[in-house]
Amino acid sequence: MNLDTNEYGKFVRARAPKSPVLKNCLCAFLVGGGICAFAEALFHGYLALHITEENVKTLVPVTLIFLAALLTGFGVFDDVAKIAGAGTLVPITGFANAVASPAIDNKSEGLVLGVGAQMFTVAGPVIVYGVLTSVIYGFIYWIWGIAV
Amino acid sequence: MRVLRLKNPPSVIGCASVVGGKEHDGPLGADFDLHDETGTFGMDTWEKSESEMQRLALNLALAKGKCGDDVPEVIFAGDLMNQCTGSAYGLLGFCKPYFGLYGACSTFAEATVLGSLLISAGYFKNAAAISSSHFCSAERQFRFPLEYGGQRAPTAQWTATAAGAAILSASGNGPYVTEVLPGMIVDKGINDVNNMGAAMAPAAIDTLTAYFAETGKQPRDFDLILTGDLGLEGHAITLELMKERGYDMTDVYNDCGLLLYGRSSQDVHCGGSGCGCSASVICGHIMKRFAKGELKNILYLATGALMSPGRLKQGATIPGIAHLVRISAEKNGWEG
Amino acid sequence: MAFFISLLKAFIVGGSLCVFAQILIDKTAMTPARILVLYVSLGVALTAIGLYGPLVSFAGCGATTPLLGFGYSLAEGVKKAVDERGLIGALTGGLTGTAGGIAAATFFAYIFALIFRGHPKK
Repeated sequence: MNLDTNEYGKFVRARAPKSPVLKNCLCAFLVGGGICAFAEALFHGYLALHITEENVKTLVPVTLIFLAALLTGFGVFDDVAKIAGAGTLVPITGFANAVASPAIDNKSEGLVLGVGAQMFTVAGPVIVYGVLTSVIYGFIYWIWGIAV
Repeated sequence: MRVLRLKNPPSVIGCASVVGGKEHDGPLGADFDLHDETGTFGMDTWEKSESEMQRLALNLALAKGKCGDDVPEVIFAGDLMNQCTGSAYGLLGFCKPYFGLYGACSTFAEATVLGSLLISAGYFKNAAAISSSHFCSAERQFRFPLEYGGQRAPTAQWTATAAGAAILSASGNGPYVTEVLPGMIVDKGINDVNNMGAAMAPAAIDTLTAYFAETGKQPRDFDLILTGDLGLEGHAITLELMKERGYDMTDVYNDCGLLLYGRSSQDVHCGGSGCGCSASVICGHIMKRFAKGELKNILYLATGALMSPGRLKQGATIPGIAHLVRISAEKNGWEG
Repeated sequence: MAFFISLLKAFIVGGSLCVFAQILIDKTAMTPARILVLYVSLGVALTAIGLYGPLVSFAGCGATTPLLGFGYSLAEGVKKAVDERGLIGALTGGLTGTAGGIAAATFFAYIFALIFRGHPKK
């Protein structure tokens, strides 16, 4: 084989070991499902404390964010995420980790230019695209309301 | 001709290796001079830790070589950090002429090539070659924050927390740097940052093929052919494609990235990488084997991926480079 | 009993949403950042066309906890604000709906950044 660029790329991709998809999916399902079930239990628990449902809806994700950020600080979150993959990434815990990890990591560059400026380097796109799509949706919804 | 045969082969008169905890726990652990289980080396940031590793490595190498104040006359050093700051801050206190190099993970071979050539040519009586990498500073710069929860691809490699320093001198009892072959930049279109071994393997193949073709030698003429940090994937690709070219390296070929960690017991996927990977393996493990007489003649080629995260986001592919150094126990080793 | 059924629903729906993302990570070249962006945008879109609301009623936190739920909160916030305030609500509603989460993440991340230092991975 001469090292033609296309041919080499195919050769490399064909021989590279594949991710263990089935095992990864099972781990993601169990951990991700577990986090969501835990959230659901929290939801019922807070309601039982006579907190209004409106507040519980905020309190549940806030609790998860607190715990995920704390575990990130203790250096435990990444050890779990290594096994759980999307199971910790997709729930709100992944968002909290994506905010807390650069904050902790960049403390060495100072509280303003390090922690302050770098906090959203990983999670920023989620907020940007979330806000962007929600504004577009709001505009369409407003037009729709006038038209109908 | 790309192979440069050194007229006055410089000798390695002192060398030292400094590693982190994971490297010390690996199969070569006992061969390293100094380690810090925490990887901090007493510093409060990872970047400072890496600089400290370079300082310690050079200090130790000078001490082990029983060198006076006149050594080294010049330093060639590099690391993976932006603007080569690991080396600049780490070596500031030595007050010696300094060349900062960037060859990514090929830096240690690059430094050895340049130092050897200038000593052989008579411009310097001695020189130091140093390079380092630190898992934590490399993660921060090239990948994600340390605490970020992500999964590594099966082809990914582990940046070694390691530094190696070697003192080369016009006089000494060996081992000697007898031949060098400066590598070319080779890009075969790989853009997967999680498969650096595959991105760098074509450069290693180019360098090795050029060496064997020009010298007429065969892989079996050497006790060991050692690449820097191709890891499991790059090692296998290099072996297979070299065989296709008529150079069967099966029994003599190994890779520093594979030697550094116990791949079954340590979670490093395809093996080690980073400037410090081959530097520490050469300065720790390989030089000890030369001293014991187990090795007489080896080819060491460190491979580097000359990429940056920014360029990759722009859609660039990953160019590789491989500089070759022949290390021989005898001064006229190239005759053998 | 109803309590355990609600947990089971949350477990299955939440877990399944994670599995879809895992397949995308393993089978395509998509990076986790792109998948999260896709999920949050998809959450807004699915809520807008009325598909995500029923899933939330069915699975509760199983649907609101994954990042699609973040999109759901953004879209619900916008809808409520536009109903109350008109066009200006398109700008204010999204972040109002998700203010708790974003402020909590920012606040806790800052506090823990003051306390902790990064650990080398094992």
